[in-house]
Amino acid sequence: MFYREVGQYKTSYSADQAIFPIVQDRFGIAVIILCAYALVFSNNDFLLNAMMTPFLIFTLAAIGLNILTGYTGLLSLGTGAFMGVGAYACYKLTTLFPGVNIIIWILCSGFFAALIGVVFGLPSLRIKGFYLAIATLAAQFFLEWCFIRIPWLYNYNTSAAIEVPTRTMFGIPVTGATATAETRYLIVLTIVIVMTVIASNIVHGRIGRMWMAVRDMDIAAELIGIRLLPTKLLAFAVSSFYCGVAGAMLVFLWYGGAESTVFSINQSFFVLFMVIIGGLGSLLGSYLGAALIFMLPIILRLAPPYFGIPVHAATVEHVTFMLVGGLIVFFLIVEPHGLARLWQVAKQKLRVWPFPY
Amino acid sequence: MRLKTLIVGAAMASLVGSSALVSMAAAQDANYVPLFTYRTGPFASSGIPIANGMHDYFTMLNERDGGIGGVKVNVEECETGYDTKKGVECWETVKGKNPTVVGPWSTGTTLQVIPKAAVDKIPILSMAYGLSASAIGEKFPWVFNPPATYWDGLSIIFRYIGGKEGGLDKLKGKTIGFIFLESGYGREPLPLLNQLAKDYGFNVKEYSVAGKEMQDQSAQWLAVRRDRPDWMIMWGWGAMNPTAVKRASENGYPMDRFIGVWWSGGDDDARAGGQAAKGYLTLNFNGLGANYPAIQDIKKHVVDKGKSQVAAEKFAENLYNRGVYNSVLVAEAIRNAQKLSGKKVVSGEDVRRGLETLTITEARWKELGLPGFGAPITGVNCNDHNGHAPAYMQQWDGAKWVKISDWIAPMKDKVRPLLEKDADDYVTKNAGWPKRTEACDKAS
Amino acid sequence: MDLLYKIFIDPFLQMGGAPDLLIQTLWEGLVGGMLYALIALGFVLIFKASGVFNFAQGIMVVFAALTLVGLHATGIPAFVALALTVVVMFALAWTVERVVLRPLVNQPDIILFMATFGLTYFLIGFGELIFGGDPKVMITDELFLPKGRINIPAFGGVVSLQKLDIAAAIIATTMVAVLSVFFSKTRIGRALRAVADSHKAALSVGISLEQIWVIVWFAAGLVALVTGIMWGARSDVSFALEIIALKALPVLILGGFTSIPGAIVGGLIIGVGEKIAEFYWGPLIGGGTDSWFAFVIALIFLLFWPHGLFGEKIIERI
Repeated sequence: MFYREVGQYKTSYSADQAIFPIVQDRFGIAVIILCAYALVFSNNDFLLNAMMTPFLIFTLAAIGLNILTGYTGLLSLGTGAFMGVGAYACYKLTTLFPGVNIIIWILCSGFFAALIGVVFGLPSLRIKGFYLAIATLAAQFFLEWCFIRIPWLYNYNTSAAIEVPTRTMFGIPVTGATATAETRYLIVLTIVIVMTVIASNIVHGRIGRMWMAVRDMDIAAELIGIRLLPTKLLAFAVSSFYCGVAGAMLVFLWYGGAESTVFSINQSFFVLFMVIIGGLGSLLGSYLGAALIFMLPIILRLAPPYFGIPVHAATVEHVTFMLVGGLIVFFLIVEPHGLARLWQVAKQKLRVWPFPY
Repeated sequence: MRLKTLIVGAAMASLVGSSALVSMAAAQDANYVPLFTYRTGPFASSGIPIANGMHDYFTMLNERDGGIGGVKVNVEECETGYDTKKGVECWETVKGKNPTVVGPWSTGTTLQVIPKAAVDKIPILSMAYGLSASAIGEKFPWVFNPPATYWDGLSIIFRYIGGKEGGLDKLKGKTIGFIFLESGYGREPLPLLNQLAKDYGFNVKEYSVAGKEMQDQSAQWLAVRRDRPDWMIMWGWGAMNPTAVKRASENGYPMDRFIGVWWSGGDDDARAGGQAAKGYLTLNFNGLGANYPAIQDIKKHVVDKGKSQVAAEKFAENLYNRGVYNSVLVAEAIRNAQKLSGKKVVSGEDVRRGLETLTITEARWKELGLPGFGAPITGVNCNDHNGHAPAYMQQWDGAKWVKISDWIAPMKDKVRPLLEKDADDYVTKNAGWPKRTEACDKAS
Repeated sequence: MDLLYKIFIDPFLQMGGAPDLLIQTLWEGLVGGMLYALIALGFVLIFKASGVFNFAQGIMVVFAALTLVGLHATGIPAFVALALTVVVMFALAWTVERVVLRPLVNQPDIILFMATFGLTYFLIGFGELIFGGDPKVMITDELFLPKGRINIPAFGGVVSLQKLDIAAAIIATTMVAVLSVFFSKTRIGRALRAVADSHKAALSVGISLEQIWVIVWFAAGLVALVTGIMWGARSDVSFALEIIALKALPVLILGGFTSIPGAIVGGLIIGVGEKIAEFYWGPLIGGGTDSWFAFVIALIFLLFWPHGLFGEKIIERI
């Protein structure tokens, strides 16, 4: 009833290949984007700073991992380290060339992450599955060690951490403590939207199809003429690029400073959760997964004081852990293909409602 | 039908969710003190006693005196799990509720919130951790790290070693081993250590322990056995401490030459080593045991009434008392702020002034019911946010910690220039760091 | 030149110069490796029988050790507590099979892998809720685990062996031997290998998958208990122990996911390799190499044996 495509005809090939072939979808997306931008006026620092900004940043990291794991079928546990490469690269770049706009450096740092990603992606030709996952762990631990053992990376700071200097754009501070939550949110939102559109075009195009062919069966893909090494390495490069940009944004537009421990193995797992819960091989899934995994604990933590239930903070934390764990299992049982699939099912239902068929 | 319920349900849920976000206004007639704690995660072993100590002292003040200056203290814990992500989130949660002061209790979180402090007008009290350079009040008006920095701690350790060796110049040609947690915290003493090595002519051997290796450390201690350092100094945290103590005793390292920083001196840390850990030394700056009137008050008003989460046998252990010490600093700062501002309910800005005039003399410690619990804090002023207070050496006797030395003053002359250099470095690297505009109060 | 000397000659001179330290390092490596192998064994058991890469093995180690210590703290005698812990681990295995595995039958590996993540989170919260996050001391005396060390004079120095380490090595070896016999000689063991080969074929000859899974998870739980006791005695019993499970991962890829002897050999190679590297070459780059060195060894092996040393060679067909 709400979602009927009657009367919408596809009159050209490009219309047939559109990402959102249905007008309601296009309308819905526009509304969502508008709402996202309208949040700037909410005047709620907690919402912008503690929820929306990190949610968007983690979404971008999840998209990055999804390209590798969901579309190309290469399981990686090195996401945290690749994010770290982006952050450290951005820090070095902006301290070496402070005159250049920070946004440019945030985007450029992705290339460094991509390079490192390609290097650690080399073994993927010979090993696959969980063996590859553990091989990426080598990247994770080695890079983490580098982040602290190479003082050059953090400009020999005694604190062994990177500190975000204030950088301005058109006279408005965008990084550092004086940047308002609204400015940072706007920048993050714009970057994430643009990069999602790019990712969507990549995965729906020739490259995306190559990746999916490799994912579904790499030997068969090889037989139909896809060269495995460049394809897999390209997936590593693009994925690491996204993760790197996410890492740079994480530190520059959210944390405002970071120790090497920020990019630990836990960060990798955190992003992996998002991807799997959200749905492997789905961009929408990356958003839904990040929303669930990132926001759920926060909401669970806010709930007891809101309802006036006196609980110790630690107990809440324990229960949160149990609930998150339980929910992960629950969602996997209910819908192993992730939240994105749930949405598809719902969409199908909406299309035919109120008639069952 | 089902669809309608779904829509209504979703609308309700989002209403509840969004209204939950519009944060609950804190009670207006109390001073709000958020406590960042970590009772979970891999470092919980150190976090739990500290959290209990901090919490119980405030509860005691509320029960016994009706708060500070006649106004209750509204204590609220925010669990960080020693995770920077949650630490930053906690900062965002509390900042709208007019917090008086925040103690981040994690070096990582401290580094991230230091720039935010001046903007959000919330003072940070990172008690003997965090960024050492923040001791320079001129550059960091909103950050305080009394009673001593890590570099002070290291210099105190060397004073002690010097005393045992018969003068620091006797260290020439000797070897000092330094085992540390591979992190910003663990690496921080290195510049001073290397400088001292140059000054006094001893060799330094570094043994780094990655967080993942905390529970093993066998390779590091084998290397210790090979290098045979004359003294071992440890900068450890969490599960690294008990393991190091065990490995040291297993490798036959003389325990009375093994000295930890104050964060390596929890009772659990040494207890794991049992009798073999006898002789293990660490720094400390807070009193031991329950033989203080105020600690007895905590027992009477809080623990015995079941208002504390502390287990009976862990009451008044070293790290618990450290938590109490932290709360004493906060309480004193709030008292100062009340005097300076003339208000009962004080804001972060008032407490910043209160911290800047923080003075706890020996007599004041006595008045607080904690005679000799801490060294007098007299050095904190607008320029020095640390005070460089002395610390003492404690030794594990197989069952409990025993104070074995007097208060030892740090080598302020060596530490201060390093701090200033570091603070300048920080400011130059963070272009656009705001100049101090806050006025300076005279000590009251 | 100096650097080359330090890399290629100096370490060997050190080895020759102080053979007692070399032996000591090897011994520490062997013990460490044995303990890694124990954790890896827990992974292998479950992977072999159900194809699940059980990430929760690490937290199971913590959970088992905490249960043991926690039960003893309530005044229950040590060996009764041990028996009760075994019961708890069985209950855990049964619950996991019932609640997590059964509804997820036939799902892709990565989904099951993810489910064990959920299990890990749940167990962390559950364990902390019940036992609290503060560390506990392992009840070594009550379990009659030996203390102290034996000093053997050798090559002008002393090689000191911790009695606890010797006990750990003996117990680990026994454990592996018993498991190997169990899986090769008994009926259940044969059924398990059948399941490992093919779920469908095993089902068709009347093997109960559910039963097999409960058994392997229980066996993995027992291995976790032993691991927990040993690591707990070497350090303390706290949630930080969970991290050591990561140490077992390079062991797994080295030995192969499906091979019990592989876990042992892999464990020993990794244990000895990383200790020797950290001890002799670590100082060159400032130490702390043991956090990643094991992974690099494993990675190099993988390039030549993509399924590990003893893993099953999978022939891919279209």
